[in-house]
Amino acid sequence: MALIAARNLTIGFAGQPLLEQVNLDIRRGEILALLGPNGSGKTSLLRTLIGALPPSSGCISRQSGLVTGYVPQRLHIDETLPMTVNRFLQLPNRHPREKLQQALDQAGAPALGARQLSTLSGGQFQRVLLARAILEKPDLLLLDEASQGLDYAGIRQFYRQLEQIQQALDCAIVIVSHDLNLVMQSATRVACLSGTIVCQGSPDTVAGMAEYQSLFGLDSPSGHPATAGVYPIHPNCREA
Amino acid sequence: MLDDFMIRAALAGLGVALAAAPLGCFIVWRRMAYFGDATAHAAMLGVAISLAMSTSVFAGVLVVSLLMALLVTLLSGRGYAMDTLLGVMAHSALAFGLVAVSFLSGIRIDLMAYLFGDILSVGKADLAIIWGGTALVLILMAWRWSALLMSTLNPDLAHAGGVSPKREQLVLTLALALMVAVAIKVVGVLLIASMLILPAAAARPLSRTPEVMAVMAAVIGSVASLSGLRASYIMDTPTGPTIVCAAAILFALSSLFRALRHTSTETPAH
Repeated sequence: MALIAARNLTIGFAGQPLLEQVNLDIRRGEILALLGPNGSGKTSLLRTLIGALPPSSGCISRQSGLVTGYVPQRLHIDETLPMTVNRFLQLPNRHPREKLQQALDQAGAPALGARQLSTLSGGQFQRVLLARAILEKPDLLLLDEASQGLDYAGIRQFYRQLEQIQQALDCAIVIVSHDLNLVMQSATRVACLSGTIVCQGSPDTVAGMAEYQSLFGLDSPSGHPATAGVYPIHPNCREA
Repeated sequence: MLDDFMIRAALAGLGVALAAAPLGCFIVWRRMAYFGDATAHAAMLGVAISLAMSTSVFAGVLVVSLLMALLVTLLSGRGYAMDTLLGVMAHSALAFGLVAVSFLSGIRIDLMAYLFGDILSVGKADLAIIWGGTALVLILMAWRWSALLMSTLNPDLAHAGGVSPKREQLVLTLALALMVAVAIKVVGVLLIASMLILPAAAARPLSRTPEVMAVMAAVIGSVASLSGLRASYIMDTPTGPTIVCAAAILFALSSLFRALRHTSTETPAH
């Protein structure tokens, strides 16, 4: 049974649909990568899945008691708000200190507990956000470009940590990312967005699809990167 | 003990300082400073209405502040910027309030008492209202503290944690309306916002967590209230403004502390 299942979702703003006919099942144990060009609705889809953005139509069913962890794309901490990393990790629920340290270790930020949030670098902040998201032992972990602010080696390490977290928590991970090659190595399933889910399947299958290549301007048959337009829907390209 | 007007004034000042502390922190964190001002200005209409209908000023102010808070919350995010909405509603309500007061012939109203407060005339009934309101605000803040903090940090994080940011904003604005109604007698319409913002801003450099900042704001607000009261007695100055002056001096001291600490530790750039 899927942890969360979306049926015929339409997501849009002010009557303008951004995504239509989205059907998505997320199951325990998988790492799903959501790919797509800027403005293709990846973040909006994540926000709809966590309940922050109501869909214009369609429905989302969650397994009862589903615990969700969310790492937002950007989090601006106002300097007027004093907040140590350890205090931030305990929003909304208090945890014993060993648990906090364990989460920080797992997220690759072992020494940051006593720091003020406003003094962290972008990469450190992303790791703290990840630590907070895994603290509640989520069934479903959603990350929105969580590797931004990291250098290449950092991104690779970050994905390795994600795989370890996935194993340790036996959860599902949904990740929005622009690091095509690296995310394809870690993901067990890939879905490409452009108006709808244009293709999905295992990374190897998707990497060979024309839709994927034209979406990202990789060796498209015409030799030109795709710019806009509607792509054929392949409902049958799901992972076997 | 409550028969001494100075004791009553001190208790009233302390009550307002305690209620203002957690609210003021959220106002500083959420950059809502103008909101406190706007709610307080709208309270003038409440004063006028309650005088016209000869009901208690507290009730009139509370109703108008609540309406104002609800309307702004409902209308925000619908095509008007927050500061525009607040500007329109606060000053309209203030203007209507002042016009309405002018119709009240026969009743001699000391407008100054509502604009600047009249802490020395606080009676036992006023004290009961102030401390009742303070208790309510503190209970509300303690109950919603975590949810409010999450919504303040990031609305999406709040959603993911099962918290509705819109609902928390409503809680905050309701508490603010209550605080304005309680404080109008003590510091008056024009200076309520200063009791919210000054202690919280002064507490910031001394705090490492949100909770510490709220407690420090309460301490600073209480010190300002008591020392301002004492100073106004000695120098024979208007009490409300003297309390705010004391808070401003504490803010200056805390800023100085921050400046000194920054030069001594040379915090690394980030």
